[in-house]
Amino acid sequence: MVARDSGMLDRGRILGDLALQLGDEELFLGHRDSEWLGLAPEIEEDVAFASMAQDEVRHAAFWYELAETAGMGQADALAFDRPATDRRHAALCARPNGDWAHTVLRHYLYDAWDAVRLMALAEAGEETVAQGARRMLREEHYHHLHMEKWVVDLGRAGGEAGQRLLKAFQALLPDLPHLAAFAVDPQALVDLGILARPLPDLRREFVARISPTLAKAGLPVHPVEAALAAQPEDRARSVAPLADAEELLSTMNGVRSLGAAAW
Amino acid sequence: MPDARMEEFMARIERGDKIEAHDWMPEDYRLLLLRLIHMHAVSEIMGAYPEKEWVPKAPTLRRKMSLAAKVQDEIGHGQLLLRVAEDLAAPLGRHRVDLMDDVITGRVKFHNVFHMEAPTWADAGIIGWLVDGAAIITQTALLDCSYAPYARVLKRICAEESFHMQHGESIILSLAEGEPWQREMLQEALNRWWEAILFFFGPPVVTDAARRMMEYRIRSRTNEELRQKFLTRYVPRIRAVGLEIPDSALRYDDEAGLWRYTEPDWERLSRMVRDNTGPKSQERISLRRRAHQDQAWVREALLRARAAAAV
Repeated sequence: MVARDSGMLDRGRILGDLALQLGDEELFLGHRDSEWLGLAPEIEEDVAFASMAQDEVRHAAFWYELAETAGMGQADALAFDRPATDRRHAALCARPNGDWAHTVLRHYLYDAWDAVRLMALAEAGEETVAQGARRMLREEHYHHLHMEKWVVDLGRAGGEAGQRLLKAFQALLPDLPHLAAFAVDPQALVDLGILARPLPDLRREFVARISPTLAKAGLPVHPVEAALAAQPEDRARSVAPLADAEELLSTMNGVRSLGAAAW
Repeated sequence: MPDARMEEFMARIERGDKIEAHDWMPEDYRLLLLRLIHMHAVSEIMGAYPEKEWVPKAPTLRRKMSLAAKVQDEIGHGQLLLRVAEDLAAPLGRHRVDLMDDVITGRVKFHNVFHMEAPTWADAGIIGWLVDGAAIITQTALLDCSYAPYARVLKRICAEESFHMQHGESIILSLAEGEPWQREMLQEALNRWWEAILFFFGPPVVTDAARRMMEYRIRSRTNEELRQKFLTRYVPRIRAVGLEIPDSALRYDDEAGLWRYTEPDWERLSRMVRDNTGPKSQERISLRRRAHQDQAWVREALLRARAAAAV
């Protein structure tokens, strides 16, 4: 209740902070996706995956531009120049790439949560956010179909693929409570009319959304429910581990760090 | 005894007819086309590597999106061309997986420019501006190719390459108009790429294979004609942005109506392509190996999943 009764109901700032969170997540995951360029298991998948990476970066640009409008700084500076300690992303988005099973399962889980979150943003009354969210949902629909197919296919194939998928599931599980959360007080988002439903409702929608897919892929849903229940994250969540973001940012700033210049 | 099918085929070619994948064609025509298109496909895919490493490092959100889109296009071109090559290869009992294995075993070659280093952001710009600019020239010259499936795919490829060239030009202009150290980085990148770009069009001698491709109307211009066209188009543009072309012998010979230039080291650069001994040849082939061989388990899993779903 801290946010509601301490004079912090600064709508613009909360909106700006939310935009930075969503921007950081989309940018970091888009960055990890782009590391797969030229390396996907089949040429056709390379093209499809590259397309999704671009969507993520374009979504990031939308959120950073929104933060710019909220007076938080210039969009590129927000995207590139903020240190790891100031980032608001979910830990899962910055994790280094694993094998293809880890990549598609991470993406599937992120997209599923993102869709739930975007629907709750689209249904609320904040028009700029809702418009962006609606547009992203149209694209995320295809990401979701694509990633869902991969997860189910790898699970159904069994053998080495099934084992790799299970290993990826176990590795990703501890990051899910941090993903299904917000870097700002989620109740304040609801009170301000930015988010249509409270976090516990969104988490239930998330579990309902992924359950049939996990079942088809032969993965259990119970550990997800247990992990989420153990970490309710009902306040603004903590900063993600710094090492992953620091490594990612040092690559991302490989050109920009050469000096102040127009690029 | 003259082969009637061959005579009819050549009559079609000379009339300007287009050959389709299911039409009868002489073995020689099929093999020449397959070699050309297979190398073109693989070059598009290998061409993704020098630039892909700059996508995670691109310095603004816009640059990141446009470079990612460009690399995606190149891989997409590879995919389109592989489909054309697959149709030509199928009667020979060779399939997609064989065409890709050939990269790793060194059986298919890829363009010299993709064996080179791209150590700075300016290289990413030069590749878009000049390498794609050179590719537009060689590829538009093939638009009237007698093999219709290749000509159709090239039409789309050329349209996209012209965006790539503009994308490269945009990076170049920012650097050329930027800080002194940015201009220096750009000049160094041009110095690095110039010889390789001239070589890209191939040696001036008309080889036996090139002569036969002209007879079959697969191609209609010589390497030297295409290189001259590139110089006419790009020398003024390069000078207009204030860059110096690293060739003191470069001049336009009014009398002959030709550009004179210092010849690339044909022997050294040919060997690099033939033996995969360029500065980055092995590293890039090993990236391809990582994508193709190390992930064979994914493709096998898809086949098993499909079989399981069909039950």
